[in-house]
Amino acid sequence: MAPNFRASIEGIALISGELSMVLRALAISLAMVAFTAAASSQELKVGLSAEPSAMDPHYHNLTPNNSILSHVFERLIATDEKQRLLPGLAESWKVVDETVWEFKLRRGVTWHDGSPFTADDVVFSFQRAPNVPNSPSSFASAVKGKTVSKVDDYTVRMTTGAVSPTLPNDVATLMIVSKKNGENAKTEDYNSGKAAIGTGAYKFAKFTPGDRIEFARNDAYWGPKPKWTKLQFKPITAGPARVAALLAGDVDMIEDTPTADIERLKKDPKFQLSQGISNRLVYLFVDHARDVTPFATAKDGGEIKNPFKDRRVREAMTKAINRDAIVARVMEGVAVPAGQFLPDGYFGVSSKLKPVAYDPDGAKKLLAAAGFANGLRLTLHTPNGRYINDVKIAEAVAQMLTRVGIETALEALQPSVFFTRASQGGPNNSPEFSFILVGWSSGTGENSGSVVPLVNTFDRAKGTGTTNRGRYSNAEVDQLSAEALRTNDDAKRAALLAKATEIAIEDVAVIPLHYQVNTWAARKGLSYKARSDEFTLATDVSEP
Amino acid sequence: MTAYLLRRLMQTILVIVLMSVIVFFGVHVIGDPVWLLVNPQMDQRDIDAAVRALGLDRPIWEQYLHFVSGALRGDLGRSFIFGEPALGVILQRMPATLELAVAALVMAVVVGIPLGLYAGLKPDHPLSKAIMAGSIVGFSLPTFWVGLMLIMVFAVMLGWLPSTGRGPTATFLGVTSSMFTIEGLRHLLLPALNLALLKISLVIRLTRAGARESMQQDYIKFARAKGLTHSRIVRVHLLKNILIPVVTVLGLEFGNLIAFSVVTETIFAWPGMGKLLIGAIQTLDRPVIVAHLIVIVLLFVVINLVVDILYTVLDPRVRVVGQAR
Repeated sequence: MAPNFRASIEGIALISGELSMVLRALAISLAMVAFTAAASSQELKVGLSAEPSAMDPHYHNLTPNNSILSHVFERLIATDEKQRLLPGLAESWKVVDETVWEFKLRRGVTWHDGSPFTADDVVFSFQRAPNVPNSPSSFASAVKGKTVSKVDDYTVRMTTGAVSPTLPNDVATLMIVSKKNGENAKTEDYNSGKAAIGTGAYKFAKFTPGDRIEFARNDAYWGPKPKWTKLQFKPITAGPARVAALLAGDVDMIEDTPTADIERLKKDPKFQLSQGISNRLVYLFVDHARDVTPFATAKDGGEIKNPFKDRRVREAMTKAINRDAIVARVMEGVAVPAGQFLPDGYFGVSSKLKPVAYDPDGAKKLLAAAGFANGLRLTLHTPNGRYINDVKIAEAVAQMLTRVGIETALEALQPSVFFTRASQGGPNNSPEFSFILVGWSSGTGENSGSVVPLVNTFDRAKGTGTTNRGRYSNAEVDQLSAEALRTNDDAKRAALLAKATEIAIEDVAVIPLHYQVNTWAARKGLSYKARSDEFTLATDVSEP
Repeated sequence: MTAYLLRRLMQTILVIVLMSVIVFFGVHVIGDPVWLLVNPQMDQRDIDAAVRALGLDRPIWEQYLHFVSGALRGDLGRSFIFGEPALGVILQRMPATLELAVAALVMAVVVGIPLGLYAGLKPDHPLSKAIMAGSIVGFSLPTFWVGLMLIMVFAVMLGWLPSTGRGPTATFLGVTSSMFTIEGLRHLLLPALNLALLKISLVIRLTRAGARESMQQDYIKFARAKGLTHSRIVRVHLLKNILIPVVTVLGLEFGNLIAFSVVTETIFAWPGMGKLLIGAIQTLDRPVIVAHLIVIVLLFVVINLVVDILYTVLDPRVRVVGQAR
């Protein structure tokens, strides 16, 4: 009996020992599963402020499209948060001959379907981009004048008609698509996902227009391992609804936080904000061309010669505006006063120009010297809802001008109406208005992208002055800009652009007001590296 | 009946033609969509090429004729923004809007009619007075504000319901809708309530007025004298008679729900036709605006026809016009 008993106790001990080992093993593996489950399924939900119009990277040159597709597709040259150039799918690039640039492509990059990335894809992308059917705003300007040829599987050359120092900036705007998948693909195929094969950190998962866009992690990505397993983007165009979604926890991060909600979110410990200056300048433009301009009259309404042609009047106007007050009160601190086209630190800006100081007395003296001691009457036209607080800014400007004797009436128009009339509402499809509030952001992230379209003489054939609605014309500015566009040496080109900017600003070609500041808001623990190109990239979201 | 239907069909076509002319020329007068579409970096030659590609360089009457010839083949043009056929873009978003409209309609009927009946049958009860006061609030408050308040209270403060978007969909009997999933219903509740508030108030007041009026009628007195139970009188006799105005109004309102629930769809980021329309108006996406309005006109016509047929079901004295001989 005793040995049986003992045997059974030993038996129980053995069994219980094994059992405990099994239990321990089970506990550990459960913990591991739970740990890996928690670590591996990290989903990021982002609330967007505008809806992307398609998943085809060449279809529409629009910021929401360019921003969201950067997760799936990549460019030869990438840009950092200040739009400085970085190696992307191209490891290096240089000028080999006056008009020939050579790009060395990155090896070891694969498309989401596993096939290798080669120069054929680059050549194909540059051929496809300007020819996408039904494109409302294509990338034709990015590839214009460039002939792309393959040298070998990992080298391409781009030949231009004339010296083209800003070629890398143009190349940095175009995303590369796969020749194998994109050969006969239309925009619909990208929207359905069939052709949406890229090289980026995330793969296309689902696109429901107007509802959501979903991406999944690309585990074979060549770059730093992407942090999130799944991305979900929801367009929520109404500002308050976007903030509410963040507060309710339905999204982890939102872009374009309305200025009215910034204070409240700053004080809330559950959320953190990331702010960055944008490359978008809000400015005023006056009519430099016409002898009599329709929206500027004498105080009593009588016709006068165009007052804006007198530099003293323009200078008086820019001095009459209290930029600090606009930034502090109208923009609620979420803007930076501007003295030129791009903020400090951008390529080609002038280090000498500062925002014009508020000087109402000086303004009145200048007006008197110009013969307008009795004042003027103007109408300021502004779009309503195109730029942050655009109508409120215009109201403030109108009041400030009225205080120095320039009685200014305000007319706010729907953007669709405003831009049509501002560009071609006048006789012979010329600009209609005399005094407008508009915004401008340099797509290339450097100053020639502002100087040439804004203050170069409007010339249809040359393609300059495309946004020069005031028809400002200064031969010296034109000459300096043209020379800059021919200069490959970075330092020389920057100096030329800075000089052109100084001449234009000192001549008060435009009246710069401020640069917009973009605000992203996220739940506590997520910080975003704010970008001046206004892109919202999950790859730039980090947890400390 | 066929003669009647044919006549209605002719009227419909006339309305559609008239409406398309008005919208086409009206949108053209507002502004040129080119400036909203083209990248401002493009030089003038590229802008001209874009204008030609969209067909916007031709005179407006030529553009209209081009549109008509396409419409007769079923092609209502391509969206300037999305590049896809305008009709396709609208039909893609229609299920979402229909869901919302149906949910709001169901709420209006299920909540509005009983409350209205109660208020009509017991007008002096304090609850009736509360219901009437509530209905005034219901149609005075702006939809925009109510929507945001609903989000603030139920999503942000209480966290019971999601604040934005449409939920996952499931297919049942060949119909794909988010009403068939629990998550979908949770997403549907707030926007449907936001839309329904106005309709509920309307239905309450209509039902109450109808009930109060009908209760005075002779046939009710006779039915009571005959000894019928109160509930039978209300259910069988009263309801059918007061429902005619309610059905008319709800029919029109259903059309409105589908066509113009713009504010609710924008606040709740609901991917429906209303949001598409407001976006198209802001960007002057003319093909989508015209296609949307044509679809809406067809919708209203069908709804009106259904309402007219419902009359004959509710009230056998009404004959479809042209049938009486």
